[in-house]
Amino acid sequence: MIIEDDREAASYLIKGLTESGYVVEHAADGREGLFLASSGKYDGLIVDRMLPGMDGLALISALRTADIVTPVLILSALGAVDDRVKGLRAGGDDYLVKPFAFAELLARIEALLRRGGTPVTATRLKVGDLELDLLSRQVTRAGTGIDLLPREFRLLEFLMRHAGQVVTRTMLLENVWDYHFDPQTNVIDVHVSRLRHKIDKGFDHALLQTIRGAGYSLRAN
Amino acid sequence: MSRLLRTNAFRLAALYMALFAASVLTLLVFIYFSTADFVERQTEETIGAEITGLQEQYREHGLLGLIEAINSRTAAERGEPTLYLLADPRLKRIAGNLASWPQTTPIKSGWVRFSVELNRQGQPVTYDALASVFVLNGDYRLLVGRDLRDAVTFRARVEQTLFVAALLTLALGLGGGLFMTRNVLRRIEAVNRTSARIIEGDLSERVPLTGSGDEFDQLAANLNAMLDRIERLMAGMRQVTDNIAHDLRTPLSRLRARLEVTLLERPDANRYAEALSETIAEADQLLGTFNALLSIAEAEAGARRDSMAELDLDEIARSVADLYEPVAEEKGLKLVLDAASSAPVRGDRHLLSQAIANLLDNALKYTPEGDVSLTVRRGDSTHVVIEVADNGPGVPADHREHVFDRFFRLENSRSTPGNGLGLSLVLAVAKLHGGEVRLDDNDPGLKVTMILPAAPERATLPSRTAA
Repeated sequence: MIIEDDREAASYLIKGLTESGYVVEHAADGREGLFLASSGKYDGLIVDRMLPGMDGLALISALRTADIVTPVLILSALGAVDDRVKGLRAGGDDYLVKPFAFAELLARIEALLRRGGTPVTATRLKVGDLELDLLSRQVTRAGTGIDLLPREFRLLEFLMRHAGQVVTRTMLLENVWDYHFDPQTNVIDVHVSRLRHKIDKGFDHALLQTIRGAGYSLRAN
Repeated sequence: MSRLLRTNAFRLAALYMALFAASVLTLLVFIYFSTADFVERQTEETIGAEITGLQEQYREHGLLGLIEAINSRTAAERGEPTLYLLADPRLKRIAGNLASWPQTTPIKSGWVRFSVELNRQGQPVTYDALASVFVLNGDYRLLVGRDLRDAVTFRARVEQTLFVAALLTLALGLGGGLFMTRNVLRRIEAVNRTSARIIEGDLSERVPLTGSGDEFDQLAANLNAMLDRIERLMAGMRQVTDNIAHDLRTPLSRLRARLEVTLLERPDANRYAEALSETIAEADQLLGTFNALLSIAEAEAGARRDSMAELDLDEIARSVADLYEPVAEEKGLKLVLDAASSAPVRGDRHLLSQAIANLLDNALKYTPEGDVSLTVRRGDSTHVVIEVADNGPGVPADHREHVFDRFFRLENSRSTPGNGLGLSLVLAVAKLHGGEVRLDDNDPGLKVTMILPAAPERATLPSRTAA
């Protein structure tokens, strides 16, 4: 469900998400949004931070107090790190600064909705014939060991945890490096291409794919 | 004047006056009570001595002896106005210089006050008199007294003097208080006048200092420092808005023109798609510039001071170097990292990371071949130094001043991607942390040095290995 007071922005989101196969409902103010979200029947919420009737963060806090754990993506025009921290502390699961590319929003929604997919406690991740052991920190593809640098290991781990989903460059920068700024050079592309070189070279089937205009995706087929 | 009455200065003056007057008046009252009855007490002593003498006469020579003594004393009496009266039990005069027993005067022993009419130079004059009455055997009574002319005169003189003194005290207190507080009033007035002018819009005004270094000077100095900072911030804001207006307007009009021209062309789905994706790319670039400007403004405003924490700059440098190392390798450059020693600072991790990333980004972008080095070390005991050096074309000395300006780009770098904001952010971040940035020749190439104040050394923590 989308809780957003700007009609145009909301209709653009509804259109995009519906085309991507989601069923979307919309609330235009905080009170109505809280009322609907309290039912707990949604898989995910997109909440604008500044809402009439009730502030977005207050809404999320209220939901969390009521033990409603529906994943929440916060949308906000406030992009400073402090604002982000406040948003996540209030109970948000992810934070996206306006304006954003729709592909970015979609990728994050997918990541949020499938968060339950791979248990965080799993010690082995597997995508196709690629396996990653978190304890021994070893990576093998089709039984052959692959040597990775620590940062490459972390990058691959993140990609594998989100296997099948589109992962954007910003998501990688935020989650693997914990940076919240855009480097002028496209550093992420270089890292990904090196990783791809190590895990896909010499194999018929490329696991790590570039999704044009959005980011990357690690897929078994 | 009504304004004066409302001011703190006037209240201070009044308080000063009240305290001053109260203490002086207390003193005056004390003086009054210890001096006013001085003459009266002296009179009492004289009368007492006289009575003692007469009692002796009476004891030795009886009533007749006493009468004789009184007669001889009143005869000898000239200027000394001692009053004597010896009366029988029916209060009839036997001897003495008083015609009759004064009315309303008790007939038992003790001190009495009464009025007496005396003949002075042929004129009857009424005086207050003080006397002691002494009852003798057989109910004869002896009265010895003195008129109180001197005592009354003295008391009046004392009262008059003290009254004048009290008036003087009030006047001096008021004057002193006004004098003391006029300075305060005047100097606060100066601050007020300056503030008023600043409110009217002249932000270059400053509160005058007297140079005495007292509290008022300190207040003025602090106000001035505050004004300096506000002025700098306002100038920064103005510069940002000017730059945004100037530098975002150009790409925005280009973007608009592209869309307009596309609309004028013959409708063609492929052409439209192409124009749209070009427009999105341009919008993204605009947003990038916009975000960079906001970061700079934020760092300059010091808005994130509360997100400052104790950090290891060497660790931050390792982490950024880790991010950029593959980029260097891709270009065939070598990124040499020297961040072995601990370099504790108090700062904002995100901004410092971004500043170092910008420096590395620049160095890697403009260096065609060779090394780029990132060094973090302790400068001296109180400073930490970050150095990024490259073998690129460098920056000509006459341009070094300008590379920190927003949107400044060297002519020969216009073809490389970038928005001309990287070093502006580096400078803003350094200033936010109380540090500075220097540019030096690396022969060949450029060496950028960022000097930050070091945080006091903490107890050694197990340092996380940079992965």
